[in-house]
Amino acid sequence: MLEIKDLHANINGKEILKGLSLTVRPGEIHAIMGPNGAGKSTLASVLSGNQAFEVTHGSVSFYGKDLLELSPEDRSREGIFLSFQYPIEIPGVSMVNFMRTAVNEHRKYKNLEPLSATDFLRIMRQKKELVEMDNKLANRSVNEGFSGGEKKRNEIFQMAMLDPRLSILDETDSGLDIDALRIVANGVNKLKTSENASIVITHYQRLLDYIVPDFVHVLYDGRIVKTGGKELALELEDKGYDWIKKEVEEAI
Amino acid sequence: MAEDLLHEVTQADYKYGFTTDIETDIIPIGLSEEVVRLISFKKNEPEWMLDYRLKAYRHWLTMKMPEWAQLKIPEIDYQSISYYAAPRTNGPKSLDEVDPELLKTFNKLGIPLEEQMALSGIAVDAVMDSVSVKTTFKESLAEKGIIFCSFSEAVEHHPDLIKKYMASVVPITDNFYAALNSAVFSDGSFVYIPKGVRCPMELSTYFRINAMNTGQFERTLIVADEDSYVSYLEGCTAPMRDENQLHAAIVEIIVHKNAEVKYSTVQNWYPGDKDGKGGIYNFVTKRGICKGENSKLSWTQVETGSAVTWKYPSCILQGDNSSAEFYSVAVTNHHQQADTGTKMIHIGKNTSSHILSKGISAGVSQNSYRGLVRVGANAENARNFSQCDSLLLGDKCGAHTFPYMEVNNETAIIEHEATTSKINEDQIFYCNQRGISTEDAVGLIVNGYAKEVLNKLPMEFAVEAQKLLQITLEGSVG
Repeated sequence: MLEIKDLHANINGKEILKGLSLTVRPGEIHAIMGPNGAGKSTLASVLSGNQAFEVTHGSVSFYGKDLLELSPEDRSREGIFLSFQYPIEIPGVSMVNFMRTAVNEHRKYKNLEPLSATDFLRIMRQKKELVEMDNKLANRSVNEGFSGGEKKRNEIFQMAMLDPRLSILDETDSGLDIDALRIVANGVNKLKTSENASIVITHYQRLLDYIVPDFVHVLYDGRIVKTGGKELALELEDKGYDWIKKEVEEAI
Repeated sequence: MAEDLLHEVTQADYKYGFTTDIETDIIPIGLSEEVVRLISFKKNEPEWMLDYRLKAYRHWLTMKMPEWAQLKIPEIDYQSISYYAAPRTNGPKSLDEVDPELLKTFNKLGIPLEEQMALSGIAVDAVMDSVSVKTTFKESLAEKGIIFCSFSEAVEHHPDLIKKYMASVVPITDNFYAALNSAVFSDGSFVYIPKGVRCPMELSTYFRINAMNTGQFERTLIVADEDSYVSYLEGCTAPMRDENQLHAAIVEIIVHKNAEVKYSTVQNWYPGDKDGKGGIYNFVTKRGICKGENSKLSWTQVETGSAVTWKYPSCILQGDNSSAEFYSVAVTNHHQQADTGTKMIHIGKNTSSHILSKGISAGVSQNSYRGLVRVGANAENARNFSQCDSLLLGDKCGAHTFPYMEVNNETAIIEHEATTSKINEDQIFYCNQRGISTEDAVGLIVNGYAKEVLNKLPMEFAVEAQKLLQITLEGSVG
């Protein structure tokens, strides 16, 4: 579904991604790990179309479409979902209103009628249960005054509502205690099908105890330098990233 | 990116920019005693009304345009304006007699009279240019003793009420524009709610400036007698014109003991084009008095239109335990300028006032809040809370806050809070990532920001106001 080839990207003139390639097929979970500053979050931003980043080289195709040509909202409507590392607060805009607008925009893109209020609320109720989200949360403004854990749960709730083909979880585990982590991971696992895929960006192995990846990639200095199975994550947990750095430097 | 988006603003059209091709009875441009007499004559007014106009006109001659506002207004040639324009009809008795073109105009504005009569339960006194065209529901209101009619009709049929209350809150000497209005006002609305009556429906007036080079000078007078209640809605739109048009209105509200008046405005006069050409100059004097004990007055306004807005809906809190509210959303885009706010004058004991102002500036516009809170020497235990927020879209616009406080009684508690913020790119991107376009995202965010005020509007108006905010700000993200 997703084919990234030799991707280079800058922010403020500084090159962060330096030739990244990755292929994701339906039903797969890919973990992206790596030290700070390797470009993990940049990858998430570039895939979702954040215009602070400039793609200078390479291609990204998503189900045959040139992803880089699409606006951020069309990428979302095509089925790319980003769970933000730092979810944004939008004061005065209720979650219900926000989500209803988003869902109906997705439906419009697919030439479907907007959902009626009743249908929408029914679906919302079902999806809320998935992440054990408080009813009250839905009536509050988007992320406003949410705790760190509530914000992350809210991200997964939105993911459930939008039913993406590819979800990118950017450090979803950061700032979560073990209970919240379990809830969030359960939500993600319940949403997994053979049709959709996930890219899980994380710094630590602990999330991968809950969301079991098919592939683990190590991102270092803007490139994927090592790929393995889930056991690679354990090795990284055990030995840190230094040995990878060394390997890379020796190869040069 | 900001640049591109700001340029997109230029493509946002003024949705209500059409003119209606109907015969208009218009008098030649210019202002003089003869013109004032002619207006009064055309309206078949009694002698006392003419005297009032002439007194106002003579006083106006001694006055100068106020210059203290944060507004750059080119010199206005008051001799190049026609002061009276009426659709050529002789008092239609039913909708069948109303010019079909006129009805079409109202339909475009989304206020089909027929439907409204049947469905919405809103009585509309629609003012096209200067003369009130049709008042609906008048009869069913009359059963309760409620008077809701054009100002001219009130002069004719209820002269005692007009003589008693007209200019009792805004005297002819009050300010330059009030004096001008008092001299040349063409029509407007009059509302009287008798003692103990709760008006069963929202009363609504739709103003619209249609003829070219005409000023619209309407005045509204609302009297709520003891223990009564009324909610009044005022909507304004104007067609696109290259020339600037003048609008100088007066609204006076008198609230007696235990009565309550809610006055809501959605103002969408033509704001001019992207280069600042054309647009309405809107100079409005709105003031109410909480005359009796426990009386209550609430102003809610959503201001999205006009090239220049000069407007301070105010309240004199005379009755003990009276209270007043001012809720405002003022949006400026392109070259629009707004200097708007309120005055809360505390005179009675235990009076309270609440001010909530939300300014939104985009393009190269200037948006100012100007508010006065005055506590008189005998106003024991006066309370005021003011909150003035400004939201900026882009970096070429301006937001200003001018709070004035004059407190002459030490028991008063006055609080003032102010914030300034920008719509940030992160919020927009977050919406984009959920499939919401930038335009819609700005609409959501701005409506969220203005929600506290929009929630104060009656339902029908709230929906329209939300749409207006979005249309006004189309593409204006930076």
